[in-house]
Amino acid sequence: MKYIVAVIQPDRLDPVLDLLEEKEIHLVTVSNVMGRGRQKGIAAVYRSHKEAGSLLKKVKLEIVVNDDFVKPTVEAITKGARTGQIGDGKIFVLNLEECLRIRTGETGSVAIG
Amino acid sequence: MRKRNMFGRAGLLCGLFGILMMLAGNGYSQEAAAGAVAAAPAATISAGDTAWVLMSSALVLLMTPGLAFFYGGLVRKKNILSILMQCFAVICLVTLQWVLFGYSLAFGPDVKGWIGNLSWAFLNGVGADPFTGYAATIPHSVFMIFQAMFAVITPALILGAFAERMKFSAFCVFILLWATLVYDPVAHWVWGLGGFLSRFDAAGNAVPGALDFAGGTVVHINAGIAALAAALVMGKRVGSVSPPHNLPFAVLGAGLLWFGWFGFNAGSALAANGLAANAFVATHIATAVAGLTWAICDWLYHKRATTLGMITGAVAGLVAITPACGFVSPMSAIWIGAGAAIICFIAVTFIKAVFKYDDTLDAFGVHGVGGIWGALATGIWAEKSVGGFDGLLHGNPGQFLIQIKAVLVTIVYSFVVSFVLLKLVDKIIGLRVSEHEERVGLDLTQHKEAGYTTID
Repeated sequence: MKYIVAVIQPDRLDPVLDLLEEKEIHLVTVSNVMGRGRQKGIAAVYRSHKEAGSLLKKVKLEIVVNDDFVKPTVEAITKGARTGQIGDGKIFVLNLEECLRIRTGETGSVAIG
Repeated sequence: MRKRNMFGRAGLLCGLFGILMMLAGNGYSQEAAAGAVAAAPAATISAGDTAWVLMSSALVLLMTPGLAFFYGGLVRKKNILSILMQCFAVICLVTLQWVLFGYSLAFGPDVKGWIGNLSWAFLNGVGADPFTGYAATIPHSVFMIFQAMFAVITPALILGAFAERMKFSAFCVFILLWATLVYDPVAHWVWGLGGFLSRFDAAGNAVPGALDFAGGTVVHINAGIAALAAALVMGKRVGSVSPPHNLPFAVLGAGLLWFGWFGFNAGSALAANGLAANAFVATHIATAVAGLTWAICDWLYHKRATTLGMITGAVAGLVAITPACGFVSPMSAIWIGAGAAIICFIAVTFIKAVFKYDDTLDAFGVHGVGGIWGALATGIWAEKSVGGFDGLLHGNPGQFLIQIKAVLVTIVYSFVVSFVLLKLVDKIIGLRVSEHEERVGLDLTQHKEAGYTTID
């Protein structure tokens, strides 16, 4: 079992979700986040007061999959989120110790699907 | 410990009100005769004038909630309610102060040019009959309630300077003291019959005096200078000061201000006539030009026209045209509006940066500076054919000098008394919330509420 975290451009969320759906990956949690990387933020000006704006709006996806779904998941995210510009984001793949379905109490691989 | 503190504050407030009420009571018995003498013989009420000034009063009232959103959108999320609440509290507090004794201090029969006496306290004699000295064709009570809305919004303007860090209890006490000891006297000097800066002596005869059609000096310089005093006394906010949390609120608020300002300015004609029309048109032109001018300044200086810049410019234009709108022609309003935006832009961009005072929402930079410009501009562009007075450009430098005098007197008086009152309230109650409370935000710590929920 793997826990996949991806931070992507907000406007790439819909294509990524569509591609994941095509590969029958349904379990996704999405949140609005702020972040920074090599891509510089956009400065703002409020009544001549300058805000550096080092953080940018991003969308974070959290996806839990069984091992054989890792490759299609990463491919779907990469294909959907890539624009070729700095700031397209990152994907992190982590080992997952346990997964438990609250409704039934099932655990492990079977609880993921 | 906490409980006792609370009682201490409540006691102080009660005591303050008690003293003022006693004063009012005394004044009433002594001065009733003077009030009767000043009241002129019966006049005819005009339905049109009365309807217009009543409507204008409602428009001016709406400006304070409008200001609440204008200011509220510019603070951080954790302080939005404190701004809305302070604005609303001013409406409630100052309205009561006004009908009990404030109106009489400001507009009541004159005492040596300095203050009104208390013969109109508790609205004694302020009823359906007109008081011809102020407005011959509308009920006296209509003039009183129209002026009440001005007395309300003026102290509310100041809160922009100390937003995000003042105790609510200290705020209430300061506002009551300021309305009584700063607003009421200055309103009397400029607008009261016999006030020493006024265009009329105590008997209602015209004398040379300051031109202030709708409150450039009384409202905007007065509040703007008090705001500077407040920013200096309070000191800076702690921590990093984030950007405005809801600019759409600020735009909504600016729109409501613009709308309500037609009541403020055109209503100040106190009649539905050509003068009101001139004030309405001049107000609209100056505001539009000022919004545009600030946006251009932003474009040139920051490479983009900003929303906040445009609405700030519009408000600066409204401020500047306020004293002038019944004395200058609509075409002069173009110059007054453009000047307001440029001068206030400079104040907010450069002067604030050099002196580093934390005038949170630029109450001084827009209302103080814009008010001073407007008062002086009135003395420059006034012309007889509009409001009966010529200014500098029409061959009457004397009027310009009177404007300068009124501006200086108001600056000095408002700054000194506001400064002393703030220091006084600081000694007794403490002006600022604790650093911890400031970090948590005023909504939770002063009002036990949150403006927004993050999780449903």
